[in-house]
Amino acid sequence: MQSMNIKLTINTRKYEMDVDVRKSLMDLLRELGYTSVKHGCGVGECGACTVLVDDIPIDSCLYLATWANNTAIRTTEGECRDGKLSAVQDAYVEEGAVQCGFCTPGLIMTTTSFLEKNKGKDLSREEIKTGHAGNLCRCTGYQTIINAVETASKK
Amino acid sequence: MAVGQSHIRKDVRAKVTGKTRYTDDFSMPGMLQAKYVRSPIAHGLVKSIDKAAALAIPGVEAVFTHEDVPKTLFPTAGHPFSLDPDHQDVADRLLLTDHVRYHGDEVAIVVARDHLTAAKAAKAVVVEYEELPVCVTSEAAMAKDAPAIHKGGNIIKFTTFEIGGKLADAEKETDIIVEGTFSTPIVLHCHLENHTAYAYMDDSDHLVIVSSTQIPHICRRIVGQALDMPWARIRVIKPYIGGGFGNKQDVVLEPMVAFLSTKLGGAPVKIELEREEGLVATRTRHSQTVTARAGVTNDGVIKFIDLNVINNTGAYASHGHSIPMAAGSKFCNLYPRSVSKFSATTHYGNVPAAGAMRAYGSPQLFFGVESVLEEVARELGMDSVDFRIKNSARPGDIISKIGDKKHAVGMIECLEKGREAIDWEAKKERYRKEEGNIRRGLGVASFSYGSGTYPACVEIAGCRLILNQDGSVHMQIGATEIGQGSDTALAQMAAETLGIDYDAIHVVSEQDTDVTPFDPGAYASRQTYVAAPAVHQAAGKLKAKILEHYHLMTGEDKENLDLSGGKIIRKDQPESVLLDLQDLALDSYYHKERGGQLTAEVSSKTCTNAPSYGCTFVDLEVDIEMCAVTIKQIINVHDAGKIIHPLSAEGQVHGGMAMGVGMALFEELLVDPESGWIYNGNLLDYKIPTCVDIPDLESAFVETFDPTSPYGNKSLGEPPIISQGPAIRNAIWDATGVKINEIPMTPKVLFRHFKNAGLI
Repeated sequence: MQSMNIKLTINTRKYEMDVDVRKSLMDLLRELGYTSVKHGCGVGECGACTVLVDDIPIDSCLYLATWANNTAIRTTEGECRDGKLSAVQDAYVEEGAVQCGFCTPGLIMTTTSFLEKNKGKDLSREEIKTGHAGNLCRCTGYQTIINAVETASKK
Repeated sequence: MAVGQSHIRKDVRAKVTGKTRYTDDFSMPGMLQAKYVRSPIAHGLVKSIDKAAALAIPGVEAVFTHEDVPKTLFPTAGHPFSLDPDHQDVADRLLLTDHVRYHGDEVAIVVARDHLTAAKAAKAVVVEYEELPVCVTSEAAMAKDAPAIHKGGNIIKFTTFEIGGKLADAEKETDIIVEGTFSTPIVLHCHLENHTAYAYMDDSDHLVIVSSTQIPHICRRIVGQALDMPWARIRVIKPYIGGGFGNKQDVVLEPMVAFLSTKLGGAPVKIELEREEGLVATRTRHSQTVTARAGVTNDGVIKFIDLNVINNTGAYASHGHSIPMAAGSKFCNLYPRSVSKFSATTHYGNVPAAGAMRAYGSPQLFFGVESVLEEVARELGMDSVDFRIKNSARPGDIISKIGDKKHAVGMIECLEKGREAIDWEAKKERYRKEEGNIRRGLGVASFSYGSGTYPACVEIAGCRLILNQDGSVHMQIGATEIGQGSDTALAQMAAETLGIDYDAIHVVSEQDTDVTPFDPGAYASRQTYVAAPAVHQAAGKLKAKILEHYHLMTGEDKENLDLSGGKIIRKDQPESVLLDLQDLALDSYYHKERGGQLTAEVSSKTCTNAPSYGCTFVDLEVDIEMCAVTIKQIINVHDAGKIIHPLSAEGQVHGGMAMGVGMALFEELLVDPESGWIYNGNLLDYKIPTCVDIPDLESAFVETFDPTSPYGNKSLGEPPIISQGPAIRNAIWDATGVKINEIPMTPKVLFRHFKNAGLI
């Protein structure tokens, strides 16, 4: 096994460790206890493992852990601060955008990044849909998820 | 009032912060990982298995083959056990087989210390096969000289019934008879969480299984049957579940992880299916061919509907023997004043095993029913909505095969509401004049469904309520939360009947068959309907015990007391608070002489089955040259009785509509008809809708109050997926004049039909 020493920040915590060079960022995060990062397909089809790497959403299942060296990772665990939900999390609750919840953490990170990137813009539902097309959900039909993004964009 | 309000879902804060734990989020020290060795051919016999190379890989603990597993055939369908031997499920599975029946069948399993090693070792197992002829289609599987996929041949079951009179008599009274044949493909569930399970032994006798299952109690029984173990020595735990849609209403991994643990000294052994395995090696929706005939009088009265279904259940029976009949017994609730004749033949085929999937055969059946009735309406020159209104179920009709007349029936109001919402008449007029390449069309289709499985199966539910020291209440329910929101709906009911705040109810969402009250689980859209009486009675009992304790404390007459907002009050002076429930609870727990832990537990059986109703209206555009369909507006209207949680109810409808649109327009598992090879068993090539593929989804309700439920509610989980297919098909016909009698209506399929019709 070949390993590499990496340093990264996950939410607010700093880490330095040796990782197997073959390991995905998804597996690393899950082993460290960030189990909001879900394994839905392992090959970048479903988006359930979406996390932000330096504020950019990526499928962590096909992103090597070593590539995360010297980056800041955000997962949905870190979006809730001092027991207070983020505006995006809050909007998902309010709009009923959560059913089984397996796609939810990944979608919340996609929405978080999408709204940070489009801050202050008046977003159409079509733009919101295009911005979330990389995350599959089989429970909601996406209706309440798009509603939640609209609501969060106004918060 | 707790019922009827969109309270914050019990699990939602945990879900948005990533705190909910699913099966794969648990591990144990020393946990071993198992990986199946799967067949690369669709039909054949295993001639030899060489496991030496796999066993030589460091970290491999064991390799098991068909020679090592119990020789007891077991069923996998998630039905409650039946006391009637003729009604028991088809037992046709072994844990591993030497007769492979589909591309992906399980011939061996490798256990290793980690996932990667297990995967590597599974590839190192060398299997030799003798290939057998492959039957993918119904024609091939039912041919006289077809190879037997199982002993006893390929036909599993023929079922038929005739109700509402005699077909032969009804035929004599009809003026017009229309017939058509309608086919639907293999469709996949695609829940986001794959099947995952692990098992370990507590001691030398007791097995613990943790699994992503919709049916913990059924799972316990089937594992007992498969391993020939007393049922009570098996404990099944269900954590949070990432969706199931029926695919986890089957026992898939649990008998295997249990077997492996027993073989490996009780060590924890886990199987987590890869997505590709999860799509084809679990269960699918049955592909069906429905031949539908309908007869009407010249004034538009349906005299009979005659349906003949061919149902391909694939490699193993799973739910195949029961699905056609289940759909048949629900469809006849819709047009109950006509004769309904129903026949179905279920057969094996060399395709993945089909099982339960949302609405359990009804989307396939209603594609036939609502398509052929559209033809009848047009033949008569009647408006599609008027024709349906004329014939639909009304209050007082004899509903369902039980013969009940007492149910709430809001079908006609659903059609009226949908017609208005989509602006049917004005659009009909406008679209009639359209010509050219881009054309608009309107379509409608209705459905009926049940609220459980009675009288086919027992309907049993359980609820246990415990008053805590702080005045809140813990609720344990046999009904299984799988994402649909049942914990929340049932907590609302308990709060309502007890007279405490919704927030004061804590639901134990994790199920554990050692402690959870008995209930067979999440399927048949049954839970809010059949668990409601158990919750209602348990809450009534606990409330009586609370008031009794207040009587013990004060001597006050119980008859004049009530519990409201978590306070003891006098009925005739509701504003005067006598005691807070917390103070009563502390007294009942800790007073040295009186009281105790106040609990109530009820197991109840439901012997009614409320019919639910609804319809889909769709307005779409067809680009004839591009063979492309764009939905401009789509509305589902439902009579689900009283709506317990409006936001979640809409969520169920949206989710079902999107699945229904996916089934109608995009989704199909492609299996090579000659070899049985699966072409698109992954999420890249099997297309479920993304958010850009789904139009805005509109839902509406006609709220009725069904008298057979203490809260007036009827089913809502599955019904939303039933009627999109025929509504879209009818709208494409309206737009283009071309009838597409097959699903999915992809550009490739439309091209063939448009070309045949001379449109392109």
